[in-house]
Amino acid sequence: MEKKPRIERLYCMHCGACVGCCPENALTLQEVWIELLPNCTGCGICARACPVGAIFMEAEK
Amino acid sequence: MTADRSVDVLVVGAGPAGSVSAKHAAKNGARTLMIEKRQEIGSPVRCGEGIARAWLDELGIRPDKKWISHQVTGARVISPKGHVVTLTEKMAGNEVGYVIERDNFDRALAEEAAAAGAEVMVKTSAVEVLRRDGRIAGVKAKHMGETFDIHAKVVVGADGFESQLGRWAGIDTSLKPSDVNVCFEYTLKHIDIDPRFNDFYVGSCAPGGYIWVFIKGEDAANVGIGVQLSKIKAGDRGAAKRYLDAFIARRPGLAKGSPIREVAGAVSCCQPLDSVVADGIMLVGDAARMIDPLTGGGVANSCRAGKVAGEVAAQAVQAGDGSKRFFQAYEKGWRAKFEDQMYRNWMAKEKLVTLDDATFDKACEVLAEAKLEVVNTLEILRLIQRKYPELIKEFEDLIK
Repeated sequence: MEKKPRIERLYCMHCGACVGCCPENALTLQEVWIELLPNCTGCGICARACPVGAIFMEAEK
Repeated sequence: MTADRSVDVLVVGAGPAGSVSAKHAAKNGARTLMIEKRQEIGSPVRCGEGIARAWLDELGIRPDKKWISHQVTGARVISPKGHVVTLTEKMAGNEVGYVIERDNFDRALAEEAAAAGAEVMVKTSAVEVLRRDGRIAGVKAKHMGETFDIHAKVVVGADGFESQLGRWAGIDTSLKPSDVNVCFEYTLKHIDIDPRFNDFYVGSCAPGGYIWVFIKGEDAANVGIGVQLSKIKAGDRGAAKRYLDAFIARRPGLAKGSPIREVAGAVSCCQPLDSVVADGIMLVGDAARMIDPLTGGGVANSCRAGKVAGEVAAQAVQAGDGSKRFFQAYEKGWRAKFEDQMYRNWMAKEKLVTLDDATFDKACEVLAEAKLEVVNTLEILRLIQRKYPELIKEFEDLIK
C-alpha cells in the first residue's frame, strides 16, 4: 500500500527543511505550518530530511 | 479588503537577501515592496549565527551591538580523537568573527530597507506567480485570509531554502540529497566553553557535516549540527537531533546546560546553479542556493548578491526591460563575487564527506603540529601530503 507523509504538528518546528528537499514541490511552508499537496508521490525524502522526526510515512486510510 | 496593487520591484521574503535587495532597489529609485510570510521578521531563527566580519564593510553594514552577541578571535577544528587545529580569524577568514542575534540582524536590515524607501508587509505570503506574455509579472499574495494581486516590473525571489518562486518560474533549484545538510541546534546557557573560539567538530559525530559550538557569551553558545541528507536512511526519523543529543550527552560541560532555544532547518551545499533568473524574476540568497557548500554559511553571500540584485532591479525598471537577458548583469555581478569560491568549496566538501574518523584524526594531528601562518586549502593539503601522502591521493586534482 502506498505511504504518504503525516506531519505531527506537535513536533513540527515549521523550518521548511522538508519543503526545500521535496522533488515534486508537494510541500509548502505557510506562515507557521507545513501543507501537503495532492501531487505527493510518497517518496519519503521529507521524512528523512525532517531534523526533528515530525514526519511519519503511513499507509493511506 | 486588501486592494490589488502595482509596484516597480516586488521582493518576496524579508531575510538578509530580501532586505538588502529591497534596500538597494529603493535607494536607486524603484518603488519597492517587500513581503514576508511570517508575522515577525527574523523569527523564528534558522541559523548558527556565526558570520565573518570582512564583508560587512563592502555592503556598508555597520556592526551594531543590537545584533552582535559575541566576538571570537578564532575558530578550532576538532577531530574525533580530539586533535585541535586552531585558526585565527586572519587565517581562516571565512565564517569566523561575530556571533550574531539573527532575529535582530534581520530586523535591522529590514529597517534599512524601509529607511531607503521600501514598503514592507508582514504576514503576507506569495501563493502563486502572475504571468503576462509568458513572463513573471508579480504574485498573487495572501494577507489575513484575503487574496490580492501585486503586479511588479521585477520580482526578486528571496523566499529562502523552502523557495517556491524559483520552481513556479521554471528555474531549476532542485537539490540532490548529497547537496543538502539537515540542521538542528540548541542555544545552551550555563555551559563550560572557551569564549575565544568557535568550535567545529568533524567526523562521525555528524555524518557528512559537522557540529558547531558558536559562542554567545561567557557561558552560552549555539550548539548545532548539520548532517548530509544522503547519509540519513529511510525510517531514520529525527537523525540530526539524535546525533546532536548524543554528542552533548558525552560532554558534561555542555550536558549540564539549559536549552533556551531550539532551532531547526536545512541548508543547500551544492555547486553554483546554472541560472538563477528568468523573464521578470531574479532569485537571491538561499532560494538561489547561494550558501557556501563547505561551511553552510549563507548570510554573507545572500547580502552580497542582494546588493547586486537590488541595483539591477532598479536599472531594469529604468530601462523598462525586465527580461532574462537584462538580468545577466545580476548573474555576472554575483558570480564575480563568489561563484569560484562556491565551486572550490563544493569540491572540497565532496571530498571531505568521504573521509573516515581515522583520516580526520591524522589530518588534524598534522595541522595541529604545524605552525600555520596562512590557511588555504592548498596549503593544508600540501602539509598533510608531506606526512600522509596516501591521505591526499583523493585530493590530488585539487593540489595541481
